[in-house]
Amino acid sequence: MAQGHAPVLEVQDLRTYFYTRTGVVKAVDGVSFSLKEGETLGVVGESGSGKSMTALSIMGLVPQPAGKIVGGKVLLEGEDLLQKTPAEMQHIRGQKLCMILQDPMTSLNPVYTVGNQLIETLRLKPGNRGRGIKERAIELLSKVKIAAPEARIGNYPHQMSGGMRQRVVGAIAIAGAPKVLIADEATTSLDATIQYQYLQLLRELQEDTGLSIIFITHDFGIVAKMCDRVAVMYAGRLVELAPVRELFNKPAHPYTEALMRSVPNVDEEVDHLYAIEGQPPALDKLPTGCSFAPRCPYAFERCVQEYPSSVTVGESHYAHCWKLL
Amino acid sequence: MTTAIAAATEPIISVENCQKYFPVTSGLVLRKAIGQVKAVDGVTFHIKQGETYSLVGESGCGKTTTAKMVLLVERPTAGSIKFRGKDLATFRSDDYKEYRSSVQAVFQDPWSSLNPRMRVGHIIMEPLLTNKKLSRNEAKERLASLLQEVGLHQFQGDYYPHEFSGGQRQRIAIARALSLEPNVIVLDEPVSALDVSIRAQIMNLLRDLQERHGVSYLLIAHNLATVRYMSHHVGVMYLGKIVEEAPTRELFTNPMHPYTKALISASLPSHPDIQREDIVLSGEIPSPLNPPKGCAFHPRCPFAMDRCSQEMPVLKAAQNPEHAVSCHLF
Ligand SMILES: Nc1ncnc2c1ncn2[C@@H]1O[C@H](COP(=O)(O)OP(=O)(O)OP(=O)(O)O)[C@@H](O)[C@H]1O
Ligand SMILES: Nc1ncnc2c1ncn2[C@@H]1O[C@H](COP(=O)(O)OP(=O)(O)O)[C@@H](O)[C@H]1O
Ligand code: SF4
Ligand code: SF4
Ligand SMILES: [Mg+2]
Ligand SMILES: [Mg+2]
Repeated sequence: MAQGHAPVLEVQDLRTYFYTRTGVVKAVDGVSFSLKEGETLGVVGESGSGKSMTALSIMGLVPQPAGKIVGGKVLLEGEDLLQKTPAEMQHIRGQKLCMILQDPMTSLNPVYTVGNQLIETLRLKPGNRGRGIKERAIELLSKVKIAAPEARIGNYPHQMSGGMRQRVVGAIAIAGAPKVLIADEATTSLDATIQYQYLQLLRELQEDTGLSIIFITHDFGIVAKMCDRVAVMYAGRLVELAPVRELFNKPAHPYTEALMRSVPNVDEEVDHLYAIEGQPPALDKLPTGCSFAPRCPYAFERCVQEYPSSVTVGESHYAHCWKLL
Repeated sequence: MTTAIAAATEPIISVENCQKYFPVTSGLVLRKAIGQVKAVDGVTFHIKQGETYSLVGESGCGKTTTAKMVLLVERPTAGSIKFRGKDLATFRSDDYKEYRSSVQAVFQDPWSSLNPRMRVGHIIMEPLLTNKKLSRNEAKERLASLLQEVGLHQFQGDYYPHEFSGGQRQRIAIARALSLEPNVIVLDEPVSALDVSIRAQIMNLLRDLQERHGVSYLLIAHNLATVRYMSHHVGVMYLGKIVEEAPTRELFTNPMHPYTKALISASLPSHPDIQREDIVLSGEIPSPLNPPKGCAFHPRCPFAMDRCSQEMPVLKAAQNPEHAVSCHLF
């Protein structure tokens, strides 16, 4: 994969909080990472760890009014998106940034044909009007491998299978030739062989366009197959960031290690799976110190007193854990 | 001892050539049958005591419908199901009663499968109390042992389902299923709705319970890694039929049917360095309303021959007599 050196996207110390009756939910609490051109970053973690909120913060789509970005920067090609007006963000979302969600029905409008929805996105780009636009829409459908695109363009979403709908969402996403694509559990609801086709498709699109991708998933298999680097989130924080092979060969953070050992394996027989006891903490009642301490087999005194600082454990490999000092 | 061994190899449940067709109707008032969905179309397998038999395959291939027939929720259109060799069709009411308590189920969604207005202790004990007369003390003791068995605290019996996490609710559902000391538990996607870190807890619990009580499982899962970890035998389904069946290790190390190979090839790798043989299937999963002629897999099969679109292959034993495959290549 051809990768440029300058980051396309840089997230710095992002903090997104929810103000609820029971307290402040720190959904994203000081997350930083960067993404290069053509690079694929995986973001993994259990549900509720803040993956989607990180994505929605980047997109400028944090649920209002409960949620608020209270700190940090999101630099897209050097410009801070957190300083943009809602109108500017809407434009950026149609063009430079896009997102694919788990359920394609939430991204597609059931009362319009898929052709109409594609054309509407294509129209967002100035100068993109007139006759050629329908051809361009058909071209996009064939690019996402929809057979007989001329016929399918007149279909309503409910006339398509789940896999086809997700490909239409993909076509809409790439219609504006974006720089960054965020896929949030985008293939979770697809069947294995259809998921495989979709992942291959994203790969090809990326090779064609130099798109950078953020893959949000709880599945280490997707990470292994698709990603160059991986960010592991726990309780609103990024606890480990590593190149993909490093992460699989020597996970540094005890949470990453435990999570990887708890996943069954198709490729070999596993005698007994490691099970992480307990559950992740509630984000409005975070313990002081390391949030993983109540479940961590290595926890010691310091862990419950102070949040661990970032430790460099290898090249471009960082983890927040006192044990690694 | 010999009887114990014989009992262990004797299937507890045999599903023999079962079909389930659903009529498809059109028109709101005068419902006219315009066809039928062949949800399950001639499925045969055997569940042995103390073992796990898994059904895998993509959405809509008939796994849940098969399970529903075993659970007496759906009646087979044709074929038979036998419990310890006795055909369900010949059951009298006593037999049904025994069967219903011997065959229990745990479903995917721990959020909707528990009555929100009942205390957990009551939920767990309900099947037992409607079947047996127990004194207050006996009931209390039994509840205590069930809670302990699934890793819950005694005091949690007094709580309501909403006070539990997904993994804990699945433990509650398992305790309820265990209350009648069943021989078989049907598990339909028991961990797929759970968080990654919780799945291992539940899978390990299910395996421990099997070891302790010798209970059999009919497991339905689409995740191959889960199936590999949990099962003794695996049947791969495609459009209402079992296309390959083998002991777990044999199936994963020596898959034969092109569809099984494609499923394994499409399964996500456990390490970035793992390169799989690329078997890309074209096209969508066809509808069981209009299954393709011949081998139902032929429109997507990279190895299809002329014969495949004409003649339907039958499931037959391979060199390994425990391994069966339904494909003209073999
Ligand atoms: N009551 C019904 N009436 C009509 N068709 C039905 C009915 N129940 C199931 N079907 C159809 O039968 C086929 C098999 O369904 P089934 O629920 O057994 O699939 P499955 O293998 O469990 O799929 P999944 O992995 O999505 O749960 C599907 O095409 C489904 O639409
Ligand atoms: N509208 C909301 N109000 C209050 N809390 C919310 C809201 N949306 C999300 N959260 C909380 O933010 C945290 C992170 O959520 P999310 O980013 O969706 O997690 P993930 O995508 O990793 O599963 C969770 O604790 C969740 O409960
Ligand atoms: S800081 Fe301590 S508790 Fe946290 S992960 Fe490291 S060893 Fe475990
Ligand atoms: S019978 Fe033919 S089409 Fe069917 S799986 Fe075998 S080779 Fe493929
Ligand atoms: Mg999410
Ligand atoms: Mg099902």
